[in-house]
Amino acid sequence: MNTRTDSPIKTLIPDVWRAIVPSCLLDTEEVQCWLNINLDNQLNFSDQLLVLTGQRLLSYSVERVEAYAYQNTLSLTRHDHGGVGKIELFNGEVRLACWFYTLAHNIQATRFIKQFNLHCQSHITGVAVVQAPLELCPECMSPLPLEQGECPQCSSTLHAPPSTWTLLRLWIFAKPYQWQLLSGFLLMLASTAATLVPPYLTMPLMDRVLIPYQNGAPIDFVIVMWLLLGLLGSALAAWGLGWAKTYILALVSERIGADLRTITYDHLLRLSLEFFGGKRTGDLMSRIGSESDRICVFLSLHLLDFATDVLMILMTAAILFSINPWLALVTLVPLPFIAWMIHNVRDRLRTGFEKIDRVWSQVSNVLADTIPGIRVVKAFAQEGREAERFRVANAHNLQVNDRINKIWSLFTPSVSLLTEIGLLVVWAFGIWQVSNNEITVGVLTAFLAYISRFYARLDSMSRIVSVTQKAAAGAKRIFDILDHVSSVPEPTHPVHLARIEGQIELKNAGFRYGNRAVIKGLNLVIKPGEMIGLVGHSGSGKSTLVNLMCRFYDVSEGSINIDGVNIRALPVSEYRRHIGLVLQDPFLFFGSIAENIAYGKPDATHAQIVAAARAAHAHEFILRLPHGYDSLVGERGHGLSGGERQRISIARALLIDPRILILDEATASVDTETEKEIQKALDNLVQGRTTIAIAHRLSTLHKAHRLVVLDKGEIVEIGSHDELMQAQGAYYRLYQAQARNVDTDLDDAPVTQIDQKAGA
Amino acid sequence: MTSCTLTRNLAGKLVLTTETGEIHTGILPVRSFPIAAPNECISLTDSAGHELVWLETLNTIDTASRALIFEELASREFTPEVRAINKVSSFATPSTWQVVTDRGVTELLLKAEDHIRRLSDTALLITDGHGVSFLIRDLGQLDAQSRKLLDRFL
Repeated sequence: MNTRTDSPIKTLIPDVWRAIVPSCLLDTEEVQCWLNINLDNQLNFSDQLLVLTGQRLLSYSVERVEAYAYQNTLSLTRHDHGGVGKIELFNGEVRLACWFYTLAHNIQATRFIKQFNLHCQSHITGVAVVQAPLELCPECMSPLPLEQGECPQCSSTLHAPPSTWTLLRLWIFAKPYQWQLLSGFLLMLASTAATLVPPYLTMPLMDRVLIPYQNGAPIDFVIVMWLLLGLLGSALAAWGLGWAKTYILALVSERIGADLRTITYDHLLRLSLEFFGGKRTGDLMSRIGSESDRICVFLSLHLLDFATDVLMILMTAAILFSINPWLALVTLVPLPFIAWMIHNVRDRLRTGFEKIDRVWSQVSNVLADTIPGIRVVKAFAQEGREAERFRVANAHNLQVNDRINKIWSLFTPSVSLLTEIGLLVVWAFGIWQVSNNEITVGVLTAFLAYISRFYARLDSMSRIVSVTQKAAAGAKRIFDILDHVSSVPEPTHPVHLARIEGQIELKNAGFRYGNRAVIKGLNLVIKPGEMIGLVGHSGSGKSTLVNLMCRFYDVSEGSINIDGVNIRALPVSEYRRHIGLVLQDPFLFFGSIAENIAYGKPDATHAQIVAAARAAHAHEFILRLPHGYDSLVGERGHGLSGGERQRISIARALLIDPRILILDEATASVDTETEKEIQKALDNLVQGRTTIAIAHRLSTLHKAHRLVVLDKGEIVEIGSHDELMQAQGAYYRLYQAQARNVDTDLDDAPVTQIDQKAGA
Repeated sequence: MTSCTLTRNLAGKLVLTTETGEIHTGILPVRSFPIAAPNECISLTDSAGHELVWLETLNTIDTASRALIFEELASREFTPEVRAINKVSSFATPSTWQVVTDRGVTELLLKAEDHIRRLSDTALLITDGHGVSFLIRDLGQLDAQSRKLLDRFL
């Protein structure tokens, strides 16, 4: 009953196997799905193929073919560890076979197992296979093509080295400036032409003035004056045009760079937390800062110079050929050869300089490592060790520099040597032609003047290859950000809720991180104004659940509704305005305390700010500071204690008056005394709002109407403290473990239990 | 001498019988120092990752169990040793390398230069884009061509 023809599948089977596969199949069988695995049982690299047909699972290796007919008790499982995936085939409890692959094939393997279950079921029940409509890649959420397991999007971004063509994409940023660019280009043409006039004028100067004078004729001062005026005029024209060209193009490229920066940063801020989770701050900062600057310098300096040089060479060649084709040919023939030689040396230098860059970053890494950790270094008296580490890195730096300097010092003399040789050829051929009366001395002088100009440019031209590669790599890193689509998309038909009640409903909500299920099929209804305490070990999915409710991530299955509306249908920023978030480690921005409290509502009046601070029990300590509400706090709130910062962040949440409040370990990082003060502030905050609180110390959740106990992404218990204590289940055990040892974290509880069991 | 023993059941899983006669299935041996001291300090954990037995040296366990531990480790440990680098797709990352390893010829994807970790003056650990670690035990042992290619990334 399978309507799919087998031809597209067969064509996709790797060439090596295409001939072998059908020979082992029965007449009625056709290939339904295949998986290429790349390790044998001793974990050596060797290609193997697993094939599913309507009736059997077949495995092909170089030595043999094995077949397993579908039956009720057959099951296929998959694990991975340390980069190696393992597929095991069981018949009941007995393992029949086991295959290995590297994780590069993981998505295909997961899909293969799904297909195995479908076909095996269908074979047993006799019901035709119903294919799921569209599968999404767990990495990037783009739809996967049916027969192939590999996500075309992930693999293409993964494998592609930065290509120079990426630079062409910069055109979208250049487009608004196309007229300035055009005028810049025309000016460039004109200014280059102007610089080529003086050597041309040396010809008449020689042939009609100086040589006749040597031969006894008097100097014609009118011609001399005209020629000298021409020289001055062309120099002035070249100066003016060159200035205008450089100015206009630098202006444009600076604007392109600025646009690139703002657009990238704008886009970056709109990406979901998932993106930030996978990137290092320093890396993102350098992408937006120095990479865009590098592109800017490339456009304004290197590309401009290169274009000027190319124009000059073309124009010079045209002039030379128009004067004397033979001499022009001899002049230009060694040029490509010399260019190639210079390029070669440059190439070596470039790898050397890249190496210096990397070594230099090692040196600064040592610094970046040590200076923030200076308290630890001093506490353990390891200054000597750290100094030694720096000395070693520095010595390595010196060594690499010494090596590159050997080539570097050779470079400039080599270029001049090559230039001299090129000139020598022109001299030799030119003198020979002069002696044959084919050209005049003036022509030869003009040629020499032209040619020495462009040999001088060859060196800077050879640089273009490396700077282009660097700029292309930079452009790729920027477009990486720009091409990234937020995994929390804005709705196409947004629903606007002016006022929300605060009812939250989770319907069969599930979330996967990569291929690991973090939240599985959660169902929960939270009434407006209710306070829910989330309890569980770390890794049980509490924080993930909160992130899902804030829509920092989107659920992979099911839905989250607010007042009966799916949160995906609400505009993201509008939805978040209804949520107040108090985190374990409150982040204060650089600015005054008042600005920090009003962060979510910049137009708040002073009275509102003070009221919020009062409710958060922050008013009094703020008044004790020398500048009151105008006191400056640093990036991490230096000068304020943990409890004080926390109360400022509570005031921040209070000021926006959210209907939904999320407290993520709000009191975890402070001592018991401060906790009590914060607790008082929190009690004010919680009043009449739907609240979801995560806490390690179960004692802080006494006020919660209901406690939800999570384990491995599933709800194991729901109820009030008293109910759960009576039930003597998971919550009871956690509570007991904490009661025994007041300072124990939830995580420690099960370990102590196991230790006892093991009799350690 | 620890009197716990290991056996393998039909499902291919390791079964541990402890001194007190308790039986645990699905045992995983884990090396504590896979690079610094691979054959010392091995922990036997259950499938949830809780430690059941700690073996400071393997001399304290009987030979059959020791063989099973090594067998299990071999089937889970995968750090191919790079013997030669034949070709790299580009000197800018991401770059795909054709390499010869002690486990055969393969290719690896280097996503960024900082995925090459220096273990010592001569040894490198390369983590490829799919999470497999490739080891270069001694830079000096590589042939000149491989060293030259590798040098561009160091």
